[in-house]
Amino acid sequence: MAELWSGLAQAFWLIVTADAELVEIALRSLQVTCTALLLACLIALPLAAMLAVRRFRWRRAVIAVLNALMGLPPVVVGLVVYVILSRSGPLGVLGLLFTPTAMIIAQMIIIVPLIASIAHQSLRDLWHDYHDLLISMNVSQSQKMRTLLWDARRALLTAALAGFGRGIGEVGGIMIVGGNIDHATRVLTTAIALETGRGEFALALALGFVLIALTVLVNVCIHWLSQTEREGRW
Amino acid sequence: MVSDLFPLVVTDAATQRRGKRLVGPVSLTLLGESCVVVIGPNGSGKTTLLRLLHGAARLTEGSIAWACGLDAAREQQSFVFQRPIVLRRSVMENIIYPLRMRGVAKKAALGQGAVWAERVGLQDMLERPATVLSGGEQQKLALARALITEPGVVFLDEPCAALDGRAMREIEEILQDVKASGTKLILATHDMGQARRLADRVVFLLNGRVQETGAAAPFFDGPETEQAAAFLRGDIVE
Repeated sequence: MAELWSGLAQAFWLIVTADAELVEIALRSLQVTCTALLLACLIALPLAAMLAVRRFRWRRAVIAVLNALMGLPPVVVGLVVYVILSRSGPLGVLGLLFTPTAMIIAQMIIIVPLIASIAHQSLRDLWHDYHDLLISMNVSQSQKMRTLLWDARRALLTAALAGFGRGIGEVGGIMIVGGNIDHATRVLTTAIALETGRGEFALALALGFVLIALTVLVNVCIHWLSQTEREGRW
Repeated sequence: MVSDLFPLVVTDAATQRRGKRLVGPVSLTLLGESCVVVIGPNGSGKTTLLRLLHGAARLTEGSIAWACGLDAAREQQSFVFQRPIVLRRSVMENIIYPLRMRGVAKKAALGQGAVWAERVGLQDMLERPATVLSGGEQQKLALARALITEPGVVFLDEPCAALDGRAMREIEEILQDVKASGTKLILATHDMGQARRLADRVVFLLNGRVQETGAAAPFFDGPETEQAAAFLRGDIVE
């Protein structure tokens, strides 16, 4: 219990004094996760809309695989990305291993199925409501998809936030491809793992509290900016 | 608006789902009467026939031929559903949606949207979310959205089914204006009062087939078939 209090006190102190190292790794955490989230949304949301609107032979199988991939083990993703980006791997010439870019790639692969699956649930329900109208209006497939994505934007925000939560809290995959290098690829979660390994539980807890605070702050900001939970809005 | 949609020639048209025939075979020629009313008991195939004519349901047998061809005809049609479907947008964004999908600039679309909102009496609620409107208001919105593209023909599937008397009268007044403007209406209803008020021609459906069709006045005065007479009397017809 004493370590918890000590962790809280240290977290408070690190934040109040704007500890340079904390700021650096917190910003790197945000940079890596936000970039991965943006790229993942660019892939996952159109994919979800396409799965809602279009009917094709393997559609059900694709949805089932996508749902199954929500539980993709980050360590395995990290390992696969490591092999691909390693010097002897197919993309080794790019020299991306142990860089934030490699961490972004790993996080993106982990969160794409999560965002696509959650988004698909929302878009499928909305498509059920809109189907007859949009068919009767004879709009194109891309117009249907864009209509669904726009009208379900607030539900899709939840999908994106779930992806953000999974990404910012991820440690196994980015530890492997990033290497937890100080001033280069260290982020909050890998720093927590490092300090725990060193036996610095109070500092690890402090970083953990900062991570939680950061996650809550980002969620609150996005909800506030997108004006969810207000009367008459969707 | 173009006038080459009609005649619409339906020849032995039928549709089936999972092996069960829903409508047909139906043969029918519509010459462009101002308002064709499709009547019949529940389950007779009114909605399916409208969807077939509109092209929203798949034809499994026969043919449906518009004078201008199917693709051109689809561009000149609108459909109003029994349960109004509104987009999760404001009233104005709902009304101008078809124009925006056709590439009309937003400013021009908003101008036309304001005109149509006023015609259906929704001018004071343009910025309100469409989902919070009453059933009657949503149906008026659906009408404005269907009419904003100035279609040659509008299909209406029991547009007043869930509305009270006042909302029904307001909708019918709008439909009378639309008729007067030259837009053709093909309307399904089981409300005989509404059918009498609006119809120029009646199509009586029973078990997915046309039992009788003809001009409205003679049909209501003295239908030729026993089933139609029984239906008009309010008897249960099967």
